[in-house]
Amino acid sequence: MTITVAGEKKEYQDGFTLPELIAAENVEMPEYVTVSINEEFVESDKKESTVLKDGDTVEFLYFMGGGQ
Amino acid sequence: MSIVRIDYSLYDDIVKYAREHLPEEACGLIAGEDNEAGRFVKKVYFLTNVDHAEDHFTLDPKEQLEAIKDMRANGYKPLGNWHSHPESPSRPSEEDIRLSYDKNASYFILSLMAENPVLNSFHVEDGVVTKEDLRIISEKYYY
Repeated sequence: MTITVAGEKKEYQDGFTLPELIAAENVEMPEYVTVSINEEFVESDKKESTVLKDGDTVEFLYFMGGGQ
Repeated sequence: MSIVRIDYSLYDDIVKYAREHLPEEACGLIAGEDNEAGRFVKKVYFLTNVDHAEDHFTLDPKEQLEAIKDMRANGYKPLGNWHSHPESPSRPSEEDIRLSYDKNASYFILSLMAENPVLNSFHVEDGVVTKEDLRIISEKYYY
């Protein structure tokens, strides 16, 4: 199946899960990354169980914040 | 250490926006070119500080996603983020360092504590902060 990751189309096997994609894409410090699939943000407690579908568009966004 | 360049007009936009949002911290993203000549900020994104606080900021993730898509559409690379310090110097706080997860990012910090604003850029990796060579460029002057 085809998944668009950070704007790039990639082929992965059917049934590929979000944790598998995070590992395959070498996402650093995934605990601090917000994931969106088709512009919907994945809740933290659903990251582990999310299964990707053909045509999904996935973005990884680093949390950005701080304080003076 | 690579050179980070930003046009004076973009720098001025950041200062104006940050002043308009006092007393809260203001924040956003920077994007542009990154090559052997260094980094050149071509676009500044002004994002909502969802903390709406005087001493904290968190970028709105929905706006962050929109900004990333815009960068891609314009052929820009994400270069990092910026935020203001209304009442403290232009250097990363302990919390800034702790929350600097992206070692590829340039972290711009604008201090508004004095009459004249001060902007610096920092690289943070494994908790170690390095000040970058930030150059604010105008057609007439180097700052």
